[in-house]
Amino acid sequence: MGAMESTIKEVCKRYGNSRARLMDMVRDVQEQLGHVPRESFALIAREANTHRVEVESVVSFYAFLTDKKQGRVVLRLCDDIIDRFKGGGEVGAALCKALGIGFGETTPDGGITLDKTPCIGMSDQAPAMMVNDTVVTNLSPEAVPALVEALRRNPDPQALVTEFGDGNNADPLVQAMVNSNIREAGPVILANYRKEGGLRKALTQTPDEVIEDIKISGLRGRGGAGFLTGLKWELTRQSPGTEKYVLCNADEGEPGTFKDRVLLTERADLVLEGMTVAAYAIGAETGIIYLRGEYAYLRRFLEEKLNRRREARLLGNTILGREGFNFDIRIQMGAGAYVCGEETSLISSCEGTRGDPTDRTPFPVVKGYMVSPTAVNNVETYCCAARIMDMGPGWFASIGTARSAGTKLLSLCGDCERPGIYEVPFGTPLGEVLKRAGAEDVACVCVGGPSGQMVGPAQFGMGISYEELSTGGSVMVFSSQRDILEVAGAFMEFFVEESCGYCVPCRVGNVLLRSRLERVRNGEGTKGDLDYLRRLGESVKFSSRCGLGQTSPNPILSTLKHFRPVYNALVKDGGGTVNKSFHIMKAVEQASAIAGRRSEIFHA
Amino acid sequence: MSDSVTITIDGRNIEARPGQTILEAADAAGIYIPRLCSHPDLKPIGSCRVCTVVVDGRPQAACVKPVMDGMVVQNSTPELLQHRRNIVDMMFVEGNHFCMFCEKSGNCELQAMAYRFGITAPQYPFQFPEKEVDASHPDILLDHNRCIMCARCVRASQELDGKNVFQSIGRGFARKIGVNGERALGDTDMAATDKAADICPVGCIVRKRVGFEKPIGQRLYDTRPIGSDIEEVRA
Ligand SMILES: Cc1cc2nc3c(=O)[nH]c(=O)nc-3n(C[C@H](O)[C@H](O)[C@H](O)COP(=O)(O)O)c2cc1C
Ligand code: SF4
Ligand code: FES
Ligand code: FES
Repeated sequence: MGAMESTIKEVCKRYGNSRARLMDMVRDVQEQLGHVPRESFALIAREANTHRVEVESVVSFYAFLTDKKQGRVVLRLCDDIIDRFKGGGEVGAALCKALGIGFGETTPDGGITLDKTPCIGMSDQAPAMMVNDTVVTNLSPEAVPALVEALRRNPDPQALVTEFGDGNNADPLVQAMVNSNIREAGPVILANYRKEGGLRKALTQTPDEVIEDIKISGLRGRGGAGFLTGLKWELTRQSPGTEKYVLCNADEGEPGTFKDRVLLTERADLVLEGMTVAAYAIGAETGIIYLRGEYAYLRRFLEEKLNRRREARLLGNTILGREGFNFDIRIQMGAGAYVCGEETSLISSCEGTRGDPTDRTPFPVVKGYMVSPTAVNNVETYCCAARIMDMGPGWFASIGTARSAGTKLLSLCGDCERPGIYEVPFGTPLGEVLKRAGAEDVACVCVGGPSGQMVGPAQFGMGISYEELSTGGSVMVFSSQRDILEVAGAFMEFFVEESCGYCVPCRVGNVLLRSRLERVRNGEGTKGDLDYLRRLGESVKFSSRCGLGQTSPNPILSTLKHFRPVYNALVKDGGGTVNKSFHIMKAVEQASAIAGRRSEIFHA
Repeated sequence: MSDSVTITIDGRNIEARPGQTILEAADAAGIYIPRLCSHPDLKPIGSCRVCTVVVDGRPQAACVKPVMDGMVVQNSTPELLQHRRNIVDMMFVEGNHFCMFCEKSGNCELQAMAYRFGITAPQYPFQFPEKEVDASHPDILLDHNRCIMCARCVRASQELDGKNVFQSIGRGFARKIGVNGERALGDTDMAATDKAADICPVGCIVRKRVGFEKPIGQRLYDTRPIGSDIEEVRA
């Protein structure tokens, strides 16, 4: 038996040779072999009781998995627009120079691979990159040569971390240079709280009473869509099925969002307490935290938290002495796929398959993980639930607005003095938030990430809430020095990259939108192109299958609405008859090359 | 559960069985909702989005959405027709479709859909992607240039042939149909008798050595538009 074969056998056995753990198996194989070689697909398939093509299907879906040989060290520079504006491009150039390779390449000695990746959730300390699982923040081009030199001497990325960040980032099991940057704590989530008070209180009530409390509180999901949490739990409880599941969505893929990262670092126990309350209310014995691959550096810390809770009888059998209340949690690692934050994709990924979304009839509350009733909630939602149980639903409902109860965690980044985490009551005007963050010169704010809205000063009086400016947490600030359409273009690139490709409008439409916007930005567009963008964008929104495609045209549609003069200045012409994107010189270039002579009529 | 529900499609009341999809109910009533990925012998997956209708004000794929009593469905509004055309256009430009040289011409559902919609040329720029042709199998040709990623072959192999010859690989624009073999289709257990060999709506999976057996001009959609068989039920 070859070395590869024994590695694979061992890895697959670790997960009970269960097909549903294929995701973990290929992750572990990659960890041990550096990549998932094509020759291993059939072997893994045999050990996991599946087909070769299913293995290829999974490996080819996730950005962090690869069948190509990589270096022992993989650098993933965050390519988010915030990072770019903070000098990410120069850092990238410096990395290429120091390593002598381009992006997507590996040094000739096979030591280091250089890559780019969308937002890694560090926008308040940009530019940042991942070095294997270690995060390096506040990069500068000047620091790059020494960094590369250090990695050449010692390929252990952790050696790059000389100073730890604030709060639990310095915990022995985290040891990250990441900062939590909590700027303003609010009453619900970041205030001091009675540990396990919510869980203890819940256990004095029946599950139905707990659900009733959550309903009365008016709590709505913090992951973006704002579904009523009490109703979701009730539906999950009522759906027939012996096994039920509580899933925590810690995929946090929306660019510019990093509040779940901070919650997992600074309020891990509150998150886990909330999940336990949910399990009690729903009648679930199993919970899963879906942790995005970018946050792998928090994994050991979270595993330890789970262990401590098991020891304290806050997890496991007979929780807090309550006969029949058994619940445990496992961590499922993601591997670089924004769409896996969509709840049905997340479920697919937890089941070990590629992260294509599935049809939402029936909904996960009826048939979710393992075809059983499943409640998927955001990290912050669970924190709120635990606090509601402790402080009472009336207390919670009195904060915020009538339709948006409680507070919202915002992750602010971009052109402001104090980027970081702000907990504000719902209804707080955007302008107020900007002021507190020290953002003075602001031309545009992207609220809710690329899938949200890009708004201008005319909208700064609107409140942060589900009914006005809705956001899962992302607030990106852009000053008057920034090119707004460069931002929109970067967002379209993001969606092109992250579309799962399952449905036509999202798979193709985003590619078409991106290139037409590019044409306009190059000053080659006509008024007709603006119309094209709007109509195509509306078709993609209207007919795409999941929330990704249903929001991906927003960067274009919202800038067309709020920043029309920017477009108008680029397409000065009156009509649509002259095709400014047509260059006769370019058009004859190829023919000239084939013919081996220049055109007699069109030449420079 | 009662054994019949009533839904409205474009103002017309129709009876449907609970558990039926909107598309199935419409078919039975002689109302054609355009579709490409859906196939009567296979589980629907809702990937092409051509069957998008408006249900109680919201867009839904008719092939996957189950009927519910009292549903109000719009199927042929000018807006819906425009969205569907746009989607069909997208399919043309994302692949390399040279209908005039294609063995499937006249039997091709994509081509027929374009004709039904009155599309003569796509409004979007061709992307001219580089795609592979897999001729490794003795009896079957796989030409990725013409694939529309409907995943009918994936489902047919699993659901009808009891095999697992095909599966989607990659993601986004680079997504494609992969095969369950070390290198190519010839390495799989695909057989000429497989149902998956005949299920492709376009010219991506075609049989070898039978090309142009039936002359162009006498093929399925050469004489009547796609969907007319369904609409005839009503007549
Ligand atoms: C493309 C896409 C990405 C998403 N990413 C996340 C995410 O990273 N975190 C999250 O909590 N919800 C995300 N969602 C929303 C989830 O589908 C789901 O609504 C949410 O997890 C439910 O939890 P909540 O009700 O507590 O918000 C995403 C949705 C879409 C369509
Ligand atoms: S909209 Fe369609 S292609 Fe885009 S991510 Fe969702 S299912 Fe995939
Ligand atoms: S036929 Fe319904 S999505 Fe393709
Ligand atoms: S004619 Fe449609 S794919 Fe060839």
